[in-house]
Amino acid sequence: MATLSDPPAESFRLSQLIYDTRYRSLTIQVIVFILIMLGLWELVSNAIQNLSALGKDFDFSFLGNRAGYDINQRLIEYSNDSTHGRAAVVGILNTLLVAFLGCVTATILGVIAGVLRLSNNWIVGRLMTVYVEGFRNIPLLLWIIVIFAIMTEGMPQPRDFRGDEPEASMILGDSVAVTNRGVYIPNLVFTRSLGGNEMSEAADGVEAAIVPSVSGADWTLILVVLALGIAASIFIGRWGAAKQERTGVRPPGLFWMRAGAIVIPVAIVLIVLGATLDYPELTGFNFSGGVHLRNALIALWFALSLYTGAFIAEIVRAGILSVSKGQTEASAALGMRPSWTMNLVILPQALRVIIPPLISQYLNLTKNSSLALAVGYMDVRSTLGGITINQTGRELEGMLLLGGFYLITSLVISAVMNVYNNSVKLQER
Amino acid sequence: MKKSVFLGTLAVAGTAAGFAAADAHSSGTLAQIQERGTLNCGVSTGLTGFSAPDANGEWQGFDVAVCRAVAAAILDDPSAVEFVPTTGQTRFTALSSSEIDMLARNTTWTFSRDVDLAFEFAGVNYYDGQGFMVPRELGVSSALELDGATVCIQTGTTTELNLADYFSSNNMSYEPVPIETNAEAQQQYLAGACDVYTTDASGLAATRATFEDPSAHVLLPEIISKEPLGPLVRHGDNEFGDIVRWTLNALVAAEELGVTSANVGEIGNTTENPEIRRLLGTEGELGAMLGLDADWAARAIAAVGNYGEVFDGNIGESTPIGLARGLNAQWTDGGLLYAPPFR
Amino acid sequence: MSELHSETALDSAYVRTEMLPEQAPPITAAGPVRWVRDNLFSSIANAIMTILSLYVIYVVLAAILPWVVYGIWDAGSLSECREIREARYGPLDGHGGGVACWAVLVDRWDQLMFGFYPPELYWRPILAFLLFLGGIAPVLYDKLPRKMLILTAAMPFICFWLLWGGSIWAPVLVAAGFGIGWAIIKFGTRFVGAMTATILAFIVPILFWVLLVGPLIDAFHSVAPIGIESVQSREFGGFLLAFVIGASGIILSMPLGIVLALGRQSDLFIINKFSVIFIEVIRGVPLIVWLFTAQLLLGYFLPPGSNFDLMVRVIIMVTLFSSAYIAEVIRGGLAALPRGQYEGADSLGLNYWQSMQLIILPQALKISIPGIVSSFIGLFKDTTLVVFIGLFDPIGFSNAIRADTDWNGIYWELFIFIGLCFFICCFSMSRYSQYLERKLATGHR
Repeated sequence: MATLSDPPAESFRLSQLIYDTRYRSLTIQVIVFILIMLGLWELVSNAIQNLSALGKDFDFSFLGNRAGYDINQRLIEYSNDSTHGRAAVVGILNTLLVAFLGCVTATILGVIAGVLRLSNNWIVGRLMTVYVEGFRNIPLLLWIIVIFAIMTEGMPQPRDFRGDEPEASMILGDSVAVTNRGVYIPNLVFTRSLGGNEMSEAADGVEAAIVPSVSGADWTLILVVLALGIAASIFIGRWGAAKQERTGVRPPGLFWMRAGAIVIPVAIVLIVLGATLDYPELTGFNFSGGVHLRNALIALWFALSLYTGAFIAEIVRAGILSVSKGQTEASAALGMRPSWTMNLVILPQALRVIIPPLISQYLNLTKNSSLALAVGYMDVRSTLGGITINQTGRELEGMLLLGGFYLITSLVISAVMNVYNNSVKLQER
Repeated sequence: MKKSVFLGTLAVAGTAAGFAAADAHSSGTLAQIQERGTLNCGVSTGLTGFSAPDANGEWQGFDVAVCRAVAAAILDDPSAVEFVPTTGQTRFTALSSSEIDMLARNTTWTFSRDVDLAFEFAGVNYYDGQGFMVPRELGVSSALELDGATVCIQTGTTTELNLADYFSSNNMSYEPVPIETNAEAQQQYLAGACDVYTTDASGLAATRATFEDPSAHVLLPEIISKEPLGPLVRHGDNEFGDIVRWTLNALVAAEELGVTSANVGEIGNTTENPEIRRLLGTEGELGAMLGLDADWAARAIAAVGNYGEVFDGNIGESTPIGLARGLNAQWTDGGLLYAPPFR
Repeated sequence: MSELHSETALDSAYVRTEMLPEQAPPITAAGPVRWVRDNLFSSIANAIMTILSLYVIYVVLAAILPWVVYGIWDAGSLSECREIREARYGPLDGHGGGVACWAVLVDRWDQLMFGFYPPELYWRPILAFLLFLGGIAPVLYDKLPRKMLILTAAMPFICFWLLWGGSIWAPVLVAAGFGIGWAIIKFGTRFVGAMTATILAFIVPILFWVLLVGPLIDAFHSVAPIGIESVQSREFGGFLLAFVIGASGIILSMPLGIVLALGRQSDLFIINKFSVIFIEVIRGVPLIVWLFTAQLLLGYFLPPGSNFDLMVRVIIMVTLFSSAYIAEVIRGGLAALPRGQYEGADSLGLNYWQSMQLIILPQALKISIPGIVSSFIGLFKDTTLVVFIGLFDPIGFSNAIRADTDWNGIYWELFIFIGLCFFICCFSMSRYSQYLERKLATGHR
């Protein structure tokens, strides 16, 4: 807007609030602020009135009451005697688990499909197009239900594994069982667990032995060591790069040093703890032992990954196409191998185009995990926002907590990815 | 400023199109229903035999009949019902927010729902209990043998809590597979993704009836809970609640007294039984006490039939579902149905 | 050599006088064989991928095609289907196999499409749908005559009236409010100045809607009772419901999205922050949570005693939800405009609203159309979530159909049909938006 220099030393008139551009914007803002506050106050006062009319109060003490329902997949200790608050935490962890797994797999799938769509193999390109268009144009809810149904219909039941000539058998040397209730894989257990081990009872002909077990402390230790190893590996990498800058020669065996820094400490910890594998075996109705990846988790994970992967594939394709052909030709002229061209020339430039929409796809995936209810995966929407609200009748408090959780998660993902995005951006000229 | 601009606009648009319902507190629900000319009745989104739309879009079923009977009693038109499908999760909010006038959706009468959620149960139209169904080839004959089993269970219902209580009190472990709808549970169970399906025994029987080979599945003898299912209204809606309660009682009493939809037209005048005469309004002032006219109960019975007819027509042994009367027989036949006297 | 040549050049039979015709290339270097070699077997890795892909295609088709093709179309219930199958193809061997029972689609076609909408009134939603297409056509194809934009402006009101019915005066008078606002801007500027006219153009219609429309509708209707049979929201279902929620969400969220986008671009601190907070809060929470909010909580925030039916509450929520997404799309369009456009508008001495209305928004919106179409596709797919709050969209209906004793136990047929319908709609929309992006891309280089 064109601001005219007003004559100085003029006394203030009320009409200036509307006609003087110096004050006008302030006036508008104050009016808008008052209107919005009035609107909010209206909503809040209505809520207070309605709650009192229904005889409901507003408090979160219900989170401390006994939940009374069971959750099948629990990453932390939980039973039906635990509180609603703990049930909500179990749900939150389940949501984060499937969102994390989904983001990783969706990225891998999306990059592969995006590159393959540009493949010069006609059939592969067309197949990828079918995949991308199929998943992008059919609601996710349908995909989740359908994938879940295919898994329950297509896989053998646990009881098919029984008998002398079973209809189904375990794979990978009898260590993995794929059933229509989920996949059972061997679990890492320790004979010298930090959580302490129990002794099995001595029976005739069998001596008492240590029962391998696993506790949270073991995993914490392993993760801490792993994190330290990765940090050390990054440090070695930086040192190598700095040395190359100084001398022009890469230190020999740098890759092996970096890999060793990660692998060796973890291996030592595993040996010290006495790691063995606990294989699943069929007992009674189901397999026991090992880790049980439930079908609900797998179906949701697959559906989310495939669905989001289709979107990521398009993003990757657009990103690669956005790098001009001259770059490829130039790097070929420098005598680079095609793999170098992709890794050193094209992808770094494509990343700048890829990352911002990729962030929003991660956010979408996290939010879409709330459809878990359709296959009975107990995420935070089904525990806190579902059964808890239903059993306690605390809709307002429950929905506030639920919305707050998703909002914070989204903001955290955005923030983390934006930091990464800025680090990529810094290389721009 | 009682009406903010935004809401005012909406309210106007709403009134214009007939969206907005009148104030629930300014006049009773009964007056609203009469003014509106329709009864808003919450039903399930689809439960075989209890409520489901048929090919013509007409709602049919055992719970639906209760709605129709109430509509016939108040409005003289069993078709003047707006059926509002509700899920296990949304049913109570729909009722407490006045979106529906009454809920007739296989809902269990429990202390906390009656007291804490502030509803008023108008009676019981089906005495049910939670049972288990297993494939015959598992060779299970009692629920106590289910240690370690995978159980399909409908989420958002009392069955979850009962199941948790039953298994933990018997020191058994189990793996719950929560599902949203009966149709889904059926698909899961038939595919063998769970060993057991648990829900109300009526639902189990209804589900089993539609299998290709029903004899390959057994219902276990244990019934682990009491599930009195019945229609409910809001707390403080006593006037309308009385109508729902006594309409339901009228259907039960009509069966006990031998009044059917076929003879309801003349029996009121020909019978000597004073109770039937009071019920059908040819004697006494019962209708006026409810704020309705004299032949309110006669209309309800004429519309849907007495309790026995409703049962046989929707879920009884002549239907594909084939439920026996069992606990839901009249008290004179060893069941629990016991309508209070009409006097 | 030369001697011989000169003497016998003309009558020698051994020397050609014309060029040889070109020979056909070898079979491996042309035609389909070459195409196959180049596109399918250009390297060992490629050959492996090709064979794998062909195998995957074969496995999928072998599993599905017979089931689909041999499906049964004429039966009244699932058990009838099973009988017909036994009679036609013999008994089943063990698990699986079998054929589809498409008869359920024939039997419940109307419900999957229109829900409980009265059958004698099916022409109304169909006409509304055609009008909707006619209304958006001039927006999507700029080759059409500009006069058709009048239809676009009138379309929401006509469609609303066709779908819900009732008195004709309701949509007419609500539309009149917009007319009043437009008239104030057009003619009032001269008398009271642009600023006041703009403010009045907002306030007067709102006052008109709040205070006058209700009584006026009754008054007009008593004088001239023109109207069609009104249909309750609860009668809507199936794909009609999905379309109505999706379309009204997009149409209603457009103006709100534009305002939010301008607010987020604005230099005014408070307006900017409010827009950012609103957009981020809406986008940070899944739609299913918002829908549950509409179902469980919206009643708490409305004045005591007011009660909209569920579908309207869902539309309100979906509108707020999609307005945040549309705002981001339009913000992208605003950001993509060259700075010079803004400066040019300022240099012409236009005030903020004029420059937005005449210069900035027309261009920014045109750039944003592909993004808006994608938003619409996303929203249309997301309408399936209303099944969780008990509305009967196609998936909700599939549950209700399975609760009928006739069709209990039918599973895949309904899902395949619903998926196919969604695919057709969304795929055609996404193709359109790709076409538009290509067209716009050429216009900007």
